Amino acid sequence: MSNWDILWDERAQFWSGFLSTLEIFGLSIVGAFVIGCSLLYLLEGSRKRLTMPLRIFIDAMRMLPFLILAYLLYYGLPSVGIRLDAWWSGVGALAVYHGAYFAEIFRGSRLTFPPGQIEAAKAHGFTKGKMFFRLILPQVIMQTRPLLGNQLIYALKDTAFLVIITVSELTAAANSLSSTYFIPTEAFIVVIGFYWAISVTMEIIIKQCGRFSAKRGFDNV
Amino acid sequence: MSEANTSETAAVSIRHLSKSFDDVEVLRDVELEVKTGEVVTIIGSSGSGKSTLLRCINWLEKPDRGSIHIAGQRIGVHDDGRPMPVRELAKVRAKTGMVFQGFNLWPHLNVLHNVTEAPIHVQGKSKREAEELATALLEKVGMSHKHDSYPNTLSGGQKQRVAIARALAMQPAVMLFDEPTSALDPELVGEVLAVIKDLSAEGYTMVMVTHEMAFARAVSDQVVFLEKGLIIERADPETFFTSPKTDRVRKFLENHDNPSPA
Repeated sequence: MSNWDILWDERAQFWSGFLSTLEIFGLSIVGAFVIGCSLLYLLEGSRKRLTMPLRIFIDAMRMLPFLILAYLLYYGLPSVGIRLDAWWSGVGALAVYHGAYFAEIFRGSRLTFPPGQIEAAKAHGFTKGKMFFRLILPQVIMQTRPLLGNQLIYALKDTAFLVIITVSELTAAANSLSSTYFIPTEAFIVVIGFYWAISVTMEIIIKQCGRFSAKRGFDNV
Repeated sequence: MSEANTSETAAVSIRHLSKSFDDVEVLRDVELEVKTGEVVTIIGSSGSGKSTLLRCINWLEKPDRGSIHIAGQRIGVHDDGRPMPVRELAKVRAKTGMVFQGFNLWPHLNVLHNVTEAPIHVQGKSKREAEELATALLEKVGMSHKHDSYPNTLSGGQKQRVAIARALAMQPAVMLFDEPTSALDPELVGEVLAVIKDLSAEGYTMVMVTHEMAFARAVSDQVVFLEKGLIIERADPETFFTSPKTDRVRKFLENHDNPSPA
């Protein structure tokens, strides 16, 4: 029986790890997206007392290694009375961490947003909220699409760190099989294949979205 | 109460308007009354304050002193000096339709949706109602064939015509034009001016900043000349262009190829 046959027999473990990774990834990027958009909206405000802490939060996330944030949420929060299980700690850490990155990406585009369009919106009676959600945000997203695609890939790769806080996902499956049967190379080659498949699928989707924005003159596919 | 009475009949009524940027006074005690159905052209050299005056009308610039009424309603501040809450300001603003030098269309929306955006999401019109109105307006500006195109595929003249339809869709009490043809290639100016001329013939109330003297002469009911923030001359177009009262205007018109009567 070759090493590959062993892994084939254990495919159920890979499969459940794969689904778990997809679930964690899917949920956390939706969370990150919402956090990123919310931060961008709050940063629209002119009151420094609100925007300063947000800027500090974003910068703090960007200087913090992801693993440390995951540790903090899983091992640190219980000491202040908040106990999340490993799975939710992981999803939460990913969402918050990449949400800050999303916000930073959005902000870069927001800073170069044509002021004339804002004036046109004001002149047509738009108030701040409607202007943001109808006119600013859609354009910021279209504009930053390639950067968002990159960030999603980072987020996918960061899911693998969660094995350290005992989340059973794809890397955890490979870890467990490699140590049970002492076949690390083959086991990890298999998970590379899975990560690669997710990345490629994501890249295709992001690229397809590019047609939508290219039609509106935002970038080239 | 006399102020309220006069402003009731006027589409725009500007009283004692002053505005400074840092130490520079750009508007000094400007008074202007635009009656419903009237076309007023603001002329002046660059830096004279004419764009600022126009932009004060819908509060894109905040004047330091004075009052502005749009169709009888004060914009920006209440009579007791309280600043207007944003929602209320937005409502008064929506009574004006503004056309910018740089078009400022929303690039992620197609032509039709640029025109229906504010009627649906600001005025709360139904989608159907807004689209019917938009279709009619795009027809009026000769852009209905492009209703599903995106702004990036349009020429400057086409963009400006869509921008005019977008402003008209608010069914405003007054249309404000801020140098609507200054960013256009010379051969595209005509199509935009033709649209504005049609609007004036249809009785739309308009205030326009322009450098197109022949056009100003042809469409205006009142021409206002601004110099260093002061209105130094105002007259009907014939008087203004044929027998200006001040040397300043005479000189300005000489430099601008004073047009012969159309």
